[in-house]
Amino acid sequence: MSTRQAGAQSRIAQAFEGHKALIAYLTVGYPKLETCLELVPRLEEWGVDMVELGIPFSDPLADGSTIQEASFHALQNGITPQKCLETTGKLRRKVSIPLLFMGYYNPILNYGLEAFCHTSEMAGVDGFVVPDLTPDEGAELEAATQRHRLDLIYLLAPNSSDSRIKLVADHSRGFIYLVSLTGVTGARQQLAAGLEDFVVRVRAKTDLPLAIGFGISGPEQAKRAAAVADGVIVGSRLIQLIKEDSSYGKVKEFITRLRQAIG
Amino acid sequence: MTTTQLPDERGYFGAFGGRFVPETLVPAFDELSAAYAKAKSDPAFWHEFHSMARVYIGRPTPLYEAPRLSAHLGGATILLKREDLAHTGAHKINNALGQGLLALRMGKKRVVAETGAGQHGVATAAVCARLGLQCIVYMGEIDVQRQSLNVFRMRLMGAEVRPVASGSKTLKDAINEAFRDWITNVRDTYYLLGSVVGGHPYPAMVRDFQSVIGQETREQALSEYKRLPDYIVACVGGGSNAMGIFYPFIGDSSVKLIGVEAAGKGLETGQHAASLVGGRPGVLHGARSYLLQDEAGQIKETHSISAGLDYPGVGPEHSYLKEIGRVQYVAINDTQALDGFKMLSVMEGIIPALESSHAIYHAAQLARTLEKDKLVVINLSGRGDKDMHIVAEALGVKL
Repeated sequence: MSTRQAGAQSRIAQAFEGHKALIAYLTVGYPKLETCLELVPRLEEWGVDMVELGIPFSDPLADGSTIQEASFHALQNGITPQKCLETTGKLRRKVSIPLLFMGYYNPILNYGLEAFCHTSEMAGVDGFVVPDLTPDEGAELEAATQRHRLDLIYLLAPNSSDSRIKLVADHSRGFIYLVSLTGVTGARQQLAAGLEDFVVRVRAKTDLPLAIGFGISGPEQAKRAAAVADGVIVGSRLIQLIKEDSSYGKVKEFITRLRQAIG
Repeated sequence: MTTTQLPDERGYFGAFGGRFVPETLVPAFDELSAAYAKAKSDPAFWHEFHSMARVYIGRPTPLYEAPRLSAHLGGATILLKREDLAHTGAHKINNALGQGLLALRMGKKRVVAETGAGQHGVATAAVCARLGLQCIVYMGEIDVQRQSLNVFRMRLMGAEVRPVASGSKTLKDAINEAFRDWITNVRDTYYLLGSVVGGHPYPAMVRDFQSVIGQETREQALSEYKRLPDYIVACVGGGSNAMGIFYPFIGDSSVKLIGVEAAGKGLETGQHAASLVGGRPGVLHGARSYLLQDEAGQIKETHSISAGLDYPGVGPEHSYLKEIGRVQYVAINDTQALDGFKMLSVMEGIIPALESSHAIYHAAQLARTLEKDKLVVINLSGRGDKDMHIVAEALGVKL
């Protein structure tokens, strides 16, 4: 099924039902174009509930060194938004979990917002995360995504004020992406101290599912994040493990342990 | 809304500008906007700015009539706005001083900045030393190598220079890295951005600090020639020196404004940095503006003999001024810029920066076609000392 019925709850929102969602991030085309096609079905099998497919960008200013490097190599491999759409179309025939695009605004804008949303819907994409777009500038993409039954997921950070939380809660669809710390993406040893307070502040303002990402690199952190939120997002650590072990053995072990940790 | 009242409250100049930044930076941009709005309406802030501009930068800089160059060209009278005489050798210090004073007011003790050629980095290092602020400058690895003298100057003034190895290892990557630092240290850090680019309020704020150039030019022209200039010509990379000299003249329709971009090895080669002449709109570093991007929306690598113009974007207000036709934008290539460089050196004993040399060349071509009673102002945005080895190499001279 490549699109959902109008009025039905989105596939993304359903992924949070009944248990904590495990969300995995991959950069399309890293280390190879085929990596996504091989790995996403296995991630589903190992217990991942949703996958973010990163559209590489030349200037990823919200990303740390791991995803910067992955994006750089993916671009060198010739990855474009068009190829990301084609890859997702192929994946959609192999998996039933929601597939999100995570990408910076310019390549999407350049494709044409309406055209990109239309083609995404056709390819079976469920929603977008755009790290350099906030609701202040998001009206056009919100309208286009809604026309094509895609969720547009906004982000919040620990330093977000209550009025920002309200704004994002009013505009985000599917879930809200909580950035665990003030910083860029990348695996870290420890979660930020005030994480629980941050989640509580957001929870008080919305019934949307809340997923925590940035800096989560192991089961202990995932467990702590899942204890307060509805989902956990892993990216940089996963990419490091893909690089370390092209047979995906380490990825399987990592995902399995995360799945057990978050319940 | 008239042109001089822009941007609107969301930071838009027509369809250009705005604030496309990660959510983590929204509180910092809001804090900066509020602090700048307060400072802008506080006479004490401007008193401090102008008094330090006088004794520390050496303002006002002269509006110098270039007699031999004018005679040589046989047309209009050429006037040079001598920003090359400003402390640290370029107009960049005007903005660094303004934002440094603002950082101090905001209680931020840690300043980060990006630099390409190093002029903005040197200006920021100087102001931070003067104001007692910690200074970290991000600079692409390639620029660190080709501008080692400026790296040494920054370090001498107590700044920490951090080479950036990602992407194209030049200015745009240094900006990315400065943003990443700011995202990470958002609570105590001030990002002292060096041009009229970035998310709102940077384009308007940097323009305001740089518009001291245009205000002085206006007063000097009125006092010396009893009238406004007929043409003002300035080079455009990010576009801060051009915005600074253009802005006070936007409402004067008799004054023709010309922005000169870097055509590098030629527009047709694709190896250039002319975003307005050879690009199309997109979003980079927080604002919607003209950009050099490929068909997939990836930002292109640029080329110019002048590192200060070597940037794939341009300030959003320039995009707007292009769109409404108030400013004419042209592009001058490396070879022509070198001709401008040599011409001013020989005719007036003033060695210009390679950036400014683009404006000199174009203004010279223009002046030849005009009557003697026409006044053409060139914004001489910086001095050429930093470019000696690049020029020597281009001319085949071994130093």
